[in-house]
Amino acid sequence: MTRFARILTFTMALLVPCLSAVGELRFPPPEFESGYQFPQAAPLPTARSALYEYLDSAVLVAALLLASYLILRRRSRRAIFGLMILTLLYFGFWRDGCICPIGAIQNVTLTAFDSSYAIPITAGLFFMVPLVFTLFWGRVFCGAVCPLGAIQDAVLIRPVKVPRWLESGLRLMAYTYLGAAVLFAATGSAFIICRYDPFVAFFRLSGNWNILILGASLLLIGLFVGRPYCRFLCPYGVMLRHLSRLSRRRVTITPDECIKCRLCEDACPFGAIREPTEDWPEGEYKIAKRRLALFLVLLPVLVAAGGWAGYSLKERLARVHPRVRTAERMYLEESGQITETTNVSNAFRATGQASEVLYKDAAEIRHRLAVGGALLGAFVGFVVGGKLVALSVRRRRAEYEADPAGCFACGRCYTYCPKEHERRKKSREAAAGYR
Amino acid sequence: MANDKEDITRRKFLREGLWGACLTGVGTAAGLTVARNNRDNTVWQIDPYKCIGCGNCATYCVLERSAVKCVQAYAICGYCDLCTGYLVPEPKALDTGAENELCPTGAIKRTYVEDPYYEYTIDETLCNGCGKCVKGCLAFGNGSLFLQVRHDRCKNCNECSIAAACPSRAYTRVPAGQPYLLKRVDLAK
Repeated sequence: MTRFARILTFTMALLVPCLSAVGELRFPPPEFESGYQFPQAAPLPTARSALYEYLDSAVLVAALLLASYLILRRRSRRAIFGLMILTLLYFGFWRDGCICPIGAIQNVTLTAFDSSYAIPITAGLFFMVPLVFTLFWGRVFCGAVCPLGAIQDAVLIRPVKVPRWLESGLRLMAYTYLGAAVLFAATGSAFIICRYDPFVAFFRLSGNWNILILGASLLLIGLFVGRPYCRFLCPYGVMLRHLSRLSRRRVTITPDECIKCRLCEDACPFGAIREPTEDWPEGEYKIAKRRLALFLVLLPVLVAAGGWAGYSLKERLARVHPRVRTAERMYLEESGQITETTNVSNAFRATGQASEVLYKDAAEIRHRLAVGGALLGAFVGFVVGGKLVALSVRRRRAEYEADPAGCFACGRCYTYCPKEHERRKKSREAAAGYR
Repeated sequence: MANDKEDITRRKFLREGLWGACLTGVGTAAGLTVARNNRDNTVWQIDPYKCIGCGNCATYCVLERSAVKCVQAYAICGYCDLCTGYLVPEPKALDTGAENELCPTGAIKRTYVEDPYYEYTIDETLCNGCGKCVKGCLAFGNGSLFLQVRHDRCKNCNECSIAAACPSRAYTRVPAGQPYLLKRVDLAK
């Protein structure tokens, strides 16, 4: 083919852009006369071996077993800290903070709602194994295995006390985050936990500026407020909190009987040490009873209000789904409200799908997100109401103890207890006696 | 006192029941995973027949320099002199002058083969995955240049941030055993 012919074809291609749909090449590949051979391309790099995934799972189980031993049996903060740094290096810096159980919530949710989604076995394991450990031994995962917890725990230098009411109020963010993550994962809209993971950019030492700034500010806050992400944002932490209430064994401040010396009172940087309580004083009891009754009545009201608020957010929630965004854009263009096109609308037109199909899909997704939004709102309302009820019930406690839900099992409080020093002395003497 | 004791037993009974229920719940999740798991791990890849070369691959990847690189399918390439993947629209001259090159990093090499054919090769160390050449080649050429996720670089994020920003939904998860979606002559259009 002469050059002239080629340029002619080129002009034709310009004139008839739909030529690409014909199904053959615009320019037939040349037949070389000089004996030219295609260059040998270097082989494409293969994907990471599946063996590493099994290694990750094995490391997780081993770290959890070791953490349980160090936290409940050895009772050594130094050993717990060491393990914490090791897992930070492994899951955080070496494995780049992906995979983690927090994000795995979404994979498991999507599996439950989308039958075509095939979950990686590691994601399933990472979701379940820490939950099982929590049912037996409390939040050992938070204490020494979670890389996100570890990076915050390591920067905590001067803890300030967060008032209990503020702590409970801020924790509402974590419940909302969990609900939203489940909603968006179930509808196949987005994996928001992964999208807004604040520390993954540090682990990779590269990433989006917004996320780097978010992570840096959380770490800055973390210098003074212990583990801000874990306490106020972590969606997996919410699940662990409630399972930890049921656990077989968990952290006890004292290895023995509490002598109420009050030495541990300020030991916990996360405000998870609960002081002994008395019964309600005579006069207050009646007020407290009335308050409890009020909150019990208020609970369904809050659930309903939350559901209504969530439902009214349906438009905004639906826009998280890319299909809905495409449909909205296409509608604006097709109804003539906007004349210019975007990459999204051009790409959609190139697929040759009818826009009616797109609109139908979008309507269905909108409906699902409206129902989901109402459920999410109701859930948040229930959490608020439940917290109010829980605050107006007084639990009797005879001694200082670690809050079963809020304790991260970091082991800081052990050395504050004089009984613990006694135990250590005894065990040292016993060890010396053996020699 | 007897009443107190009964209360404790009731509470204990509820606790135990809840504990068992939670364990069963986790077990159900385990069963679901085993039933629906993916024996072959999956990785992210671009379907080159959906890609429109918008440029998001270069900017949205979590890595400083994107895991996406351009690939040349020589069997599809037309070896054009006036390559719209290599040259800017309305080039000053059909040569290797920098002002004529479309690639912002100069990652495409043009070598003379025989009249009127030129070979175009990608220098992957320079390629930043912006897809400008892909777009040019798709628009007026054979579409032999296309983008692929390189698995030595890809971190295989749970949610690929380029996939979330891809306007043509070209990102899919593919089996790790066959991690590339290459353009073939018989599928070319």
